[in-house]
Amino acid sequence: MNHATRAAKFVGDADRTTWHDETLWFVRAKRDKAVYAVPEFQDLRELASQIKDHTLSKLDTYLEQFEEQAKRNGVHIHWAADAAEHNAIILDIIRQHNATRVVKSKSMLTEECHLNPHLLSNGIEVVDTDLGERIIQLRDEAPSHLVLPAIHLKKEDVGETFFKHLGTAKGEVDPQVLTEAARQHLRARFLAAEVAISGVNFAVAETGGVVVCTNEGNADLGVNLAHVHIAAMGIEKLIPRLSDLAVFTRLLARSATGQPVTTYTSHYTKPAAGKEMHIVIVDNGRTKQLGRPDFRASLKCIRCGACMNTCPVYRRSGGHSYDFTVPGPIGAILSPNIDMKKHSSLPFASTLCGSCSDVCPVKIDIHTQLYKWRQVLGEANEIPASKKWSMKLMGRLLTSPKAFGVGGKLARHGIKYLPYSLTHARHFNVWAVARELPTPPKQSFREWYQQQANTTA
Amino acid sequence: MKVALFVPCYVDQFYPQVGIASLQLLEKLGVKAEFPAAQTCCGQPLANSGCEKDALPIYRHYVDTFSDYDYVVAPSGSCVYHVRKHFDKLEQTPAVQQVRTSAYDLIDFITTVLGVTEIPGTFPHRVGLHLSCHGQRGLHQANESEITPVRDGQLRRLLGSLNGIELTELDRNDECCGFGGTFCVSEAAISARMGQDRVADHERNGTTVLTGGDMSCLMHLEGIVRRRQLPMRVLHAAEILNGTLS
Ligand code: SF4
Repeated sequence: MNHATRAAKFVGDADRTTWHDETLWFVRAKRDKAVYAVPEFQDLRELASQIKDHTLSKLDTYLEQFEEQAKRNGVHIHWAADAAEHNAIILDIIRQHNATRVVKSKSMLTEECHLNPHLLSNGIEVVDTDLGERIIQLRDEAPSHLVLPAIHLKKEDVGETFFKHLGTAKGEVDPQVLTEAARQHLRARFLAAEVAISGVNFAVAETGGVVVCTNEGNADLGVNLAHVHIAAMGIEKLIPRLSDLAVFTRLLARSATGQPVTTYTSHYTKPAAGKEMHIVIVDNGRTKQLGRPDFRASLKCIRCGACMNTCPVYRRSGGHSYDFTVPGPIGAILSPNIDMKKHSSLPFASTLCGSCSDVCPVKIDIHTQLYKWRQVLGEANEIPASKKWSMKLMGRLLTSPKAFGVGGKLARHGIKYLPYSLTHARHFNVWAVARELPTPPKQSFREWYQQQANTTA
Repeated sequence: MKVALFVPCYVDQFYPQVGIASLQLLEKLGVKAEFPAAQTCCGQPLANSGCEKDALPIYRHYVDTFSDYDYVVAPSGSCVYHVRKHFDKLEQTPAVQQVRTSAYDLIDFITTVLGVTEIPGTFPHRVGLHLSCHGQRGLHQANESEITPVRDGQLRRLLGSLNGIELTELDRNDECCGFGGTFCVSEAAISARMGQDRVADHERNGTTVLTGGDMSCLMHLEGIVRRRQLPMRVLHAAEILNGTLS
């Protein structure tokens, strides 16, 4: 199934689409307000972009520096080439502690690596502790947004889920009541957890520490209660110095939700006395992307989700229409790197309007990369054959002024003389499902121009 | 100054009045533009579909047709953006560089090259601007809402100089209309919905004449306006500025 098919399904529910669009636009508008209030915001973007470019150009050096520092701090460092290794390493650490109960917070990477099913099938109970993530975990769904994983759900959907799994009253939709139920439910999990897994927003090479930004504080609760903390990070999370961090914390929350800063910005540098801290550093396709000069900049992403909130396609098609861990415009340039065939329709799920590139706090040229992916996919024959052939034919037509004139005339007269029921038939012409065709004029411009020339000559 | 008019294929066939208005408007501003008959297309539909290689002969034909001119002006920002940005795929001969730097959107040409800031005329209507993405974010013809709250731009200024005109303020100033070239067919459902939402914003805010600088977006929006039989006229900005309509 391609993006268009999944998107058509989502947009088929007009009311839900309106609601989804308006909710995310509200977040985009909040972002605008927060951004306008910082006069140097564009300079910050430029600075962040340069820091990330620089880091990526010396990633090996910074990774080594980070590892060295972290080890000096008493942290265990693990390297994972792919998802399978990542999952195996984490399971191994959990088993070494004879643990069976795990809490998890703020990690798209473990989502990307499908850690949960792996742990569950090995008898480990793993609970996502962020509210949104817990909701979709109970529903056995994937997140539909980077920052707002359950944004595709209305409070009625959540009420139904909690009725089924947490024993709230049927029909309960009061967010206060629902949140409280989740809180009580999670509290028991926090207290029982032996191991806490967290994501990483930034890893500082200079200090060997990792930084996690949250609003709910669940990462901190989990990490501080459990005996073992496992932080999982992609290799692209590095920044060189602690002093660089301020640039990114100023950009992240403003871009994500319009907050000046996230409620919690927690630094984890070393394990507390008697406890253990592990960091799993994961590649999983990232060095491959690093090796593609046209797409390298996609690794600068700090996962703020702003490109999703602003994307007019995402807002109307929902995150699941992308069928990839990272949806939206950024997902559409990350996913073909992982599986070109499976995700071949995603770079086409855009009008190339460029809003994503303008909103991106680290200045990733997202829409330019979408355009470039289209060429790569076209060359690799990963676009529909019908499209390929019609484009080839069009190519011929458009290099010959004569054939072009005739073709245009045929099209114009075709519309004029064919019955409306045919030109506007759904199956022949998807344009006409929602739009009228232009009314063909008597004369084309070139005919008019020629006539003018003749009369004045 | 040797100026050529580039009329995109669909404008040639379906909106000749836009080509005519562009030509006449330029003439009123003292520029006599030619229409080279050998012109076809800039190749954008192919390239945006992932068939850039198949578009190269079209690019070359475009260069052959237009490299002799000081300026090539088109009533469509997206074609201009394509020529400027994506003809980098050709070997950068002087002719190629010439067409890339000489390509101008009509409104940009009037503002930047001719230095015109006011157009004499009257248009007593509530006019809603559709800011086309390629012109706005690609060619920087108007401010982006992602960057600044200030609503300013070339077309807004030119239209604003007409007597009696009233520009409507939209809830979402510069959101894409969803046309997107072949996107309107390959993602028909989302494209239609985006267009409907754009039109609804104009409707809500009192637009009676919907205009813009790029006929492709306007064709899409007009299709929706007509399907919904709304009392809203859709006109290319050249038609308004030329004073052919009132
Ligand atoms: S690509 Fe940019 S806007 Fe999108 S999530 Fe990443 S950092 Fe944010």
